[in-house]
Amino acid sequence: MTLRDAKVGDVVKIKEIGDSALKERLMTMGMIPGTKVKVLRSAPWGDPIAVRIRSYNLSMRKADAKSVEVEPAVG
Amino acid sequence: MATLSVALTGNPNTGKSTIFNELTGARQKIGNWPGVTVDKKVGYTRYKDRAISIVDLPGTYSVNARSPEEQIVIDYLMNNKIDLVMDVVDSSNIERNLFLTVQLLEKGIPLLIDLNMQDEAERRGVHIDVHKLEDAIGMPVVTTVGRSKKSTQKLLDVFTSTVMSKYQPSQIVKDHIAKVEAIEAGVGTEEEKREAIIEARYALIDQIMAQAVDLSNVGASKSEKIDHYLANGFLALPIFLLILYAVFQITFTWIGQPIADWLADLITVDFYDWAGEALTAAGVEDWMVSLVTDGIIAGVGAVLSFVPLIFVLFFCLSFLDGTGYMARIAFLMDPIMRACGLTGKGVMPLMMGFGCGVPAVMGARALDSEKDRMTSILVTPFLTCGAKLPIMALFAAMFFPDNAANVVFAMYIIGVVMAIVAAKLLGGTIFKGKGSTFLLELPPYRIPDMKTVLLETWDKGKGYLVKAGTIIFAASVFIWFLSSYNFDGPTEEMSESFLATLGGWMSSLFYLQGFATWEAGAAIISGILAKETVVSTIGILYGAGDVDTDEIEDTAETMMQTGMFTAFTSLSAFTFMVFSQLYTPCVTALGTIKKEAGGWKWMFFSAGYQFAIAWVVALLVYQIGSLLGFA
Repeated sequence: MTLRDAKVGDVVKIKEIGDSALKERLMTMGMIPGTKVKVLRSAPWGDPIAVRIRSYNLSMRKADAKSVEVEPAVG
Repeated sequence: MATLSVALTGNPNTGKSTIFNELTGARQKIGNWPGVTVDKKVGYTRYKDRAISIVDLPGTYSVNARSPEEQIVIDYLMNNKIDLVMDVVDSSNIERNLFLTVQLLEKGIPLLIDLNMQDEAERRGVHIDVHKLEDAIGMPVVTTVGRSKKSTQKLLDVFTSTVMSKYQPSQIVKDHIAKVEAIEAGVGTEEEKREAIIEARYALIDQIMAQAVDLSNVGASKSEKIDHYLANGFLALPIFLLILYAVFQITFTWIGQPIADWLADLITVDFYDWAGEALTAAGVEDWMVSLVTDGIIAGVGAVLSFVPLIFVLFFCLSFLDGTGYMARIAFLMDPIMRACGLTGKGVMPLMMGFGCGVPAVMGARALDSEKDRMTSILVTPFLTCGAKLPIMALFAAMFFPDNAANVVFAMYIIGVVMAIVAAKLLGGTIFKGKGSTFLLELPPYRIPDMKTVLLETWDKGKGYLVKAGTIIFAASVFIWFLSSYNFDGPTEEMSESFLATLGGWMSSLFYLQGFATWEAGAAIISGILAKETVVSTIGILYGAGDVDTDEIEDTAETMMQTGMFTAFTSLSAFTFMVFSQLYTPCVTALGTIKKEAGGWKWMFFSAGYQFAIAWVVALLVYQIGSLLGFA
């Protein structure tokens, strides 16, 4: 699954970041394989989404979340 | 002793600028880094007889040289001899903040690490062991709590007593640097290498975190609870509209406008009369008196009276920015902005466009993709700025007395719709294929530091003052000259002046729009210098005397007695309003566009394409209106 499919409240672990114009920026902001991400909430119409990562909050568009390959994780 | 040079670097939202402002107070100079529109802030202070100069580098997440800001940071740090580089870290967000730290250490730059907002981090349960952190990195660490005399004192003490050459990166940092060098020398594409290095940096950060930071007591933050209301789905929209409404009320009703009215009275009435009398009494020739009063005082005064509005609006926006709410606005508005071909981060610059296009165009700096920035700059002037409002109000009151408010509102809508259409057009042509991006940190909510808010307000508003003193000054003299002279010398009759002649030429462009009179043409020309002057020019040309924009209804009644009422039909008046709404921005805005968009090309493009669009839309309005039987 991808981060785009994760529901609000879900905690997931990043497996891989696929090709995306933002790939390097996402990684710089701390999205590295193995990093845990919690989906916090979304803007009106469900996009963009806000996530908690490495103890700060980041918002991104679903189109970019789609390139983040994730798997379910605990807490 | 030589001046001690200090540079501040760090991520955005770390309180770095507040520290800079606390250290230097008003002793700072704000300029531009060469070739780019990024503020360069340098401040000075003195401590224990030692002169200290401090540079506040732009806040960045990394130094990959992807943006002008990142380029500036790395160039400055690599190419200058700096005694001490302080890396300001937001303690509650230390993990991601360390990315920049590690990257700078890789470049061999020794760092003093400032764990800022230590108090906030402790409250959130982020416990950092300072000594262990020093050992883990090998660099000196100091803790501060943002805005406090004690922290400022402590930093100055550390600045003057720390000898950076005594410090060496720790073994794990050295190992990391060796690893990065190995990756760079190894096989793979540049892209793969860069990604491997990013992963290595976070691997090192994980190691440092494990040694020095205890996150086991971190609970849900206050910001999260606030965001549950302020940045959550549709619920957040009414709150946003309420805050927006409050900003506009403060600016245009409660605080800004009353000061502006008072100032306008003071300059264009009291000072105008006083200067006229004083000059006449001193025996100055009439034409000179006229130049000073009708030309300079009236012209510059009209602009100066906008200054309070600009300052109040900027104050509100800087304040909101300081609280962290600005990032939430961008988050909430991104869906709507994206549908228009823009980005959520562009909401605030656009909002400013309803006040004045100049700060709105400057505000586009904050957008990180070239496409978003340029589009925002080029579409903002379509909006109804404060100076266009009197045109709309006067024409609506004269020609649509029963529907005045609706007609004015329609003009706002036409401006917004054209801005959207233009954004779409630019996105599909000139900036085709270039991506619009949205990746934004939602920083914790904080109480803004008033010193920082005030300094920012002054910094942004100052530019407008400078323009009032230069461009508007020159334009006022120019318009005065055009309206008071012809080839035979001075003329009492404006209908025989250069302005009338030029207006006549200009008006020949508008046969198909129904307002081909030299008066309308002259008003359009003067509107390019400043939109404020459209109404005053029309007023003078039709012999209504000075137009008081505060008393629109009375003015409208007076104007109805003049030739203006017969020169325009309802339809041509409506068309003129539409044209005024959309055509070429004023010279002040054009000057700003030249500076922000990077060149004369874009300035002429902006002037030309808006004129063309306004001409076509006005044509359609008039011709379709005529076909439908309106008159």
